[in-house]
Formats: sequence, structure tokens, C-alpha cells
Amino acid sequence: MIAISLNVNGERVNRSVEPRRHLIDFLRIDLGLTGSHAGCEHGVCGACTVRVDGEIVRGCLVLAASLDGAEVVTIEGISDSGEVADLQANFVARNAAQCGFCTPGMIMTAADLLAHGGSPTRAEIREHLSGNYCRCTGYQAIIDAVEDTFRTRDATGGSAAAPGLQSSGAGR
Amino acid sequence: MKWPAIGYLRASSLDGLWAAMAEHGAAAQIMAGGQTLLATLAFRLSEPSLLLDITHIPELRGITVAGNTLRIGALTRHVELGRDALVRAHAPLLSEAVPLIAHPAIRNRGTIGGSLAYADPAAELPACIVALDAVVVAVSAGGERRIPARDFFTDLLQTALVPGEIIAAVEIPLLERVTAIQEIARRSGDYAMAGLAAALRIEAGRVVCPRLVYFGVGNGPVLAARAAAALEGAALDAASIAAAQAALAEDLDPQQDLHGPPEMKRHLARVLTARVLGGFLPTRELAA
Repeated sequence: MIAISLNVNGERVNRSVEPRRHLIDFLRIDLGLTGSHAGCEHGVCGACTVRVDGEIVRGCLVLAASLDGAEVVTIEGISDSGEVADLQANFVARNAAQCGFCTPGMIMTAADLLAHGGSPTRAEIREHLSGNYCRCTGYQAIIDAVEDTFRTRDATGGSAAAPGLQSSGAGR
Repeated sequence: MKWPAIGYLRASSLDGLWAAMAEHGAAAQIMAGGQTLLATLAFRLSEPSLLLDITHIPELRGITVAGNTLRIGALTRHVELGRDALVRAHAPLLSEAVPLIAHPAIRNRGTIGGSLAYADPAAELPACIVALDAVVVAVSAGGERRIPARDFFTDLLQTALVPGEIIAAVEIPLLERVTAIQEIARRSGDYAMAGLAAALRIEAGRVVCPRLVYFGVGNGPVLAARAAAALEGAALDAASIAAAQAALAEDLDPQQDLHGPPEMKRHLARVLTARVLGGFLPTRELAA
């Protein structure tokens, strides 16, 4: 067992972990943070996307044992902080979550793009999300929700305040 | 599936690494970003008894220019390579390659040293460093050894590294040249079905020292000697590009893989040749 001390969603966590434990099982099984999903478990699907030291990673391709001193933020963390309240509301408004399995990873990856700012095109949004698989939506609604969030933040100076659940305007 | 039972050790210096390697021998597997290695554990394609984490070894970090050489530390992550100003100024081929490598979450962890050591024949960075005529700096307890990139990739997933050696850095000579990389993949972020990294100079309207390196079409990066001979000294135009495409028939011997038969790979290589070389033309030749 390897002793690790790290910060998860703002809280200090001290645990002993088996080296074979990947970050997602550590979060889900050891800490009970089940918002991050374990999908393919070999780095392809993106359902396990979380932040480590401010950057998104595949949680299934990171050893928990290697994270002594790290800062981890999960979907629970960015939901509670309000960072993605508007993005989440737009996912609801656009019906961008169907079965919901990919959604936490999609939100984490889209939040990474939003954190970089700018005004990405739909093609750039698609490219940034290209490592996150969705088997329900056909992606259009997801791109719509992310694009809406960028447009609203541009208009309101970057605030992440939730716009409410009303329809967010004309489709395309 | 879940990873097998395994040990983990973090080295914090090269001396610490050599001591750990001496103690654990061949049972220990060096781990950098882990973005390939940890997936192979899930598939049981590898089952080492100990992972030796080298990501906290400061000697393997950093990007510097000294004299006529750009030195890129082995632990440089793809995301760092893509945004580094020295790399963009002196080896823009690498900056251009980064967006082609997997996806943002993978690029945040994966390293140049790991990519080169794994030597996937469809990976971008091995082809780039051969095109740039770079040198791989290997280091072991006995000291450093410099290996020309063209000699580094010896066979499918095989390199010239010997047991006890790791990659410390890549050194790229600073030369005036134009470079480009393009690939064809089924989906953005997938390994390429075929790709081409190219570097050449144009002096007095003539091509000098062209290096065309194809990936995804062999057991490693393929430096196309006959296509280069067809271009050397010629004006870069439709005729010389066609000659290079024709010469590829002798340079490439692609095997059938998941993507398709050898003839399809040859076709993709010819298409990429025209796209990459065409991109070096000062003005596009437009049909009348």
C-alpha cells in the first residue's frame, strides 16, 4: 500500500492505496464520489475525465498512488462551486444528456475549454470534445449547449450564473 | 479490465532511479506519463511487477537552446511542447504535430520521451524527430549516449535503447528549413492510418536535403530515400511532386492492418505527399 495525501474538491484526503488503484476507482470506491464514471478503463471514452492540478486527465490512466500532493477536482467539485452552472443548465435546455453516462466527462472537458476563454467555433468545440464519446445524442445537442454557454458568457462578461431552464433560443 | 497487482515506486533523482533499477532489474517498468503503458496494463499486454515513476526527476525536464541545438527534456508533456515558444520558433514541426496527438486530456499527461520510447509506428513524434534529423540522448548509470533519430527506431515498438537506459532528452539541430506534418485518421485523435512529416530547404528555387518521413505505413517511421532522391535538386513543382509520389512505390512496403490493405496505404501516402509538398509551393498553381 502507498500512503498518499492530496486535495480533492478542496478537502484534504489522506489514504493508503494499492498501486493498481486508478484515480477513478479511488474517487468512486474509496471516497464515494460516484459522479465520475468508469467507462472503457483504457483511455478511449472520456467518461472518467477529471482535473488534476488544474488540467483535465483520463482518470483511468492515472495511478492514485502517483497523486501524493496533487489537487483533484471532480464533477462534484465544479458543480458545487457553481463554475459550470450555466453549462449544466444549457445541457438540460438542449437535451444534451440522454442516458447521462458520458455527461460528467463532457461537462469536465467543456469546462476546460470554457476556462481557456475565447470564442471557439463549433469545429473547435467538436475538436476539444473529440475524446469524449456519447452513444446517445449524436453530439449536436452537446455542441449546441457548449456553444450557447460561450455565447452567453461573451454577452455577460464571463459569468457562469445559471440562465434558468428556459429554452435558450433558436436552433440551427 | 482492472490493472494487475503491481508495485509502484517514485524516483526523485536519476541516482535514485539507478538504485531502484539495480535492485529490481527487468521486473521494473519505467513509467512517464503512462498514457500508453497504463492502457496496456488494462489489456494485459504488459504485466510488469513494478512501475518506476520518473515524472519527478528534474534532470529530465526543461526546454533550452544551447549553441546550435534545441534540447527538449524527455518529460516534456505534449501540452507543454505545443505551447512552448522556443519549440515554436526553432522546431515548429513539433508544435504543429501536437494537436494531432490523441486528445487534450491525454496531451496533458503524455510525454515526448514516452512516445519515442514506445515507438508506435503510427505515432507523430517519432516521425517528426527523424524528419528533423534529431538526436536522442539516452542516459544510464554509466552516462549519456547520443543516438541519431534515424537509427533509434529499430523495429515494431523497438528502439536502440538497451536495458538500464532511458531517454533523457531530444536534441534538434537548428537549421533553416521548411517543415510540415499531415495525417489521415478515421476520427480526430485516433492514431493515423497514414501520415507524413517533412522537412526540406529551398535554395535558388531548388529542393535541398528533403526528408520525407511516413508513419502508420511500416514498422516504424519510414524515411523515404527514393522519393527524396527524386526531389533533390529539382524545382518544387507538379512534375517533381509526381516523381516523388512515383518513387514511393520503392520506399514503402506497408502491411495490411485494421485500416486496410497495402495498396490503400500506398494511396494515402501519395495523397499526403502531394498535400504536404504542395503546401511548400510559394503560390498555389491554380487550374486555368
